[in-house]
Amino acid sequence: MSARLLVEDLAFGYGERVVGAGVGFAVAAGEVLCLLGPNGGGKTTLFKTLLGLLPPCGGRVRVDGEDTAGWSPRRRALAFGYVPQAGAGQFPFTVREMVLMGRTAHRGAFSAPAASDHAAAEAALERLGIGHLAERDWLRISGGERQMALIARALAQAPRVLVLDEPTASLDFGNQVRVLEQVRRLADGEGGDGLTVVFSTHHPEQAFAIADRVALLHDGRLTRFGTPEAVITAAMMREVYGTEVEVVAVGADGMRVCLPVGLRRPAQVR
Amino acid sequence: MLVAAVCVAFSIGAYPVTPGDLAGLLAAKLGLGSAAVAPAVETVIWDIRGPRVLTAMLVGAGLAASGAAYQGLFRNPLVSPDILGVSSGAALGAVLGIFASLPVLAIQGMAFAGGLLAVGVVLAVASAIRGRDPVLVLVLGGVVIGALLGSGVALLKYLADPYNQLPAITFWLLGSLSAVNRGDLAALVPPVAVALIPLVLLRWRLDVMTLGDEEATALGVPVRVVRIVVIAAATLMTAAAVSVSGIVGWVGLLVPHLARLMVGPAFVRLLPTAVLLGAAYLLAVDTLARSLGPVELPLGVLTAVIGTPVFLWLLAFGKRGWS
Repeated sequence: MSARLLVEDLAFGYGERVVGAGVGFAVAAGEVLCLLGPNGGGKTTLFKTLLGLLPPCGGRVRVDGEDTAGWSPRRRALAFGYVPQAGAGQFPFTVREMVLMGRTAHRGAFSAPAASDHAAAEAALERLGIGHLAERDWLRISGGERQMALIARALAQAPRVLVLDEPTASLDFGNQVRVLEQVRRLADGEGGDGLTVVFSTHHPEQAFAIADRVALLHDGRLTRFGTPEAVITAAMMREVYGTEVEVVAVGADGMRVCLPVGLRRPAQVR
Repeated sequence: MLVAAVCVAFSIGAYPVTPGDLAGLLAAKLGLGSAAVAPAVETVIWDIRGPRVLTAMLVGAGLAASGAAYQGLFRNPLVSPDILGVSSGAALGAVLGIFASLPVLAIQGMAFAGGLLAVGVVLAVASAIRGRDPVLVLVLGGVVIGALLGSGVALLKYLADPYNQLPAITFWLLGSLSAVNRGDLAALVPPVAVALIPLVLLRWRLDVMTLGDEEATALGVPVRVVRIVVIAAATLMTAAAVSVSGIVGWVGLLVPHLARLMVGPAFVRLLPTAVLLGAAYLLAVDTLARSLGPVELPLGVLTAVIGTPVFLWLLAFGKRGWS
């Protein structure tokens, strides 16, 4: 099977300042790639380069075999859907208006949204189960609701690759779980229309829970790439994060989690 | 509301005109029936109050439309069309013209050119500085260039002949429509109309621009192109308005706010609302300015005196806070 998203020897950074280099990986349609790495490791910069918000310093990004270099913002938006960490909206648009903005790339610069655009926005709202929020004020909904709406907006965009930058940052526990469930569901798709999903996180459990592949970005290098079980080990966590963890299997299906070893209340020290 | 303001504006003044007179004259000019109004009334409507009323509406509409566009573009509801230095540039141009004792038309031309030039310099500076947030560079560049131009105006005021030129300069800087004639109106219509076209065409893209450069780009908008087009349109409109009316503050800041409170932030509704509201507001203020006292009050003073309490009231009781 050919890769939906193929990154070849990518170097990225801000102008002269190269943040990372030699990054290469492939993700197929319907697969979830989790990007792990410490703060300052270059995750956000890599994402911006994937999306074309920053020009690559070297190498290339291919979608379905096509080199994305020189693509217009519109063409990129038809290939990549982007869920930013925190939506920068400052004006009281309704959630429906916000999701409808996901259709921007599907119509001409001067034209109003067509019936098909409204339908796509409604479908995205329904698919994420937030139809009841449609008329709500963007500035008056919770962080979790906003994150769902941003995912709905990216979905309305009908992209082939969905890029989420720390989608669960600053969400409460319940919302974290709900967002991850949705992300996995979008990759699984409804009858073979699965998206390629790339997301970044600081929680290795999330990789165990929903990712097919894990990429570890450390000091601008892709030091490891593979299945979550192969990549996330006690040795790796020690090397990258400088903490001792125990990787244990829990529950009936043996899903793995990372437990920090040194993190115990005094009373519990055995 | 706009229609009512127009009727009131036509009727108030040294010479009484009824809405009936206005309708009669309009009908006659359109070739429907004969003029049933006195020639004096016709002169008042056609040559004096008409141009003034229409100019007030156009200036108000233009300032409000560019304010609405700028507030979206700079993602800040506190931004006014002056942010990139168009008013300061126009002021320096006009003051220079007055200082050189140029005729009125040349003064207006210099104000217009000054406004365009100031924003041009700010844009050039901003595009020369790379690697920083382009919106921040634009705003800071506008503030700095504006301050520099302001000191130029101050210098010229200091050097100006205090009996003749200084009052004219002060009068211009406070804004007024008292000297408006049909020629001014004719000069104002094309730039405002031309500048409105891109704003109307890009109405959906402008909503996306309020999300910031990165999100807008990721949604498929070529942000740099859209930003330049919108700035050019808003600057053209503001420079044309200011060159006729002098500095009229507050309209470009306050009216888009009110419009957003009324119809929400979506540009497709915000723009027409701001245009109508701006036209009605400035017309009402100008009508007040020429009827309140025995001497005409400066327009800029009145817009501020009315605008400040309204703004504070919005700040305290606005249902949606800043936005």
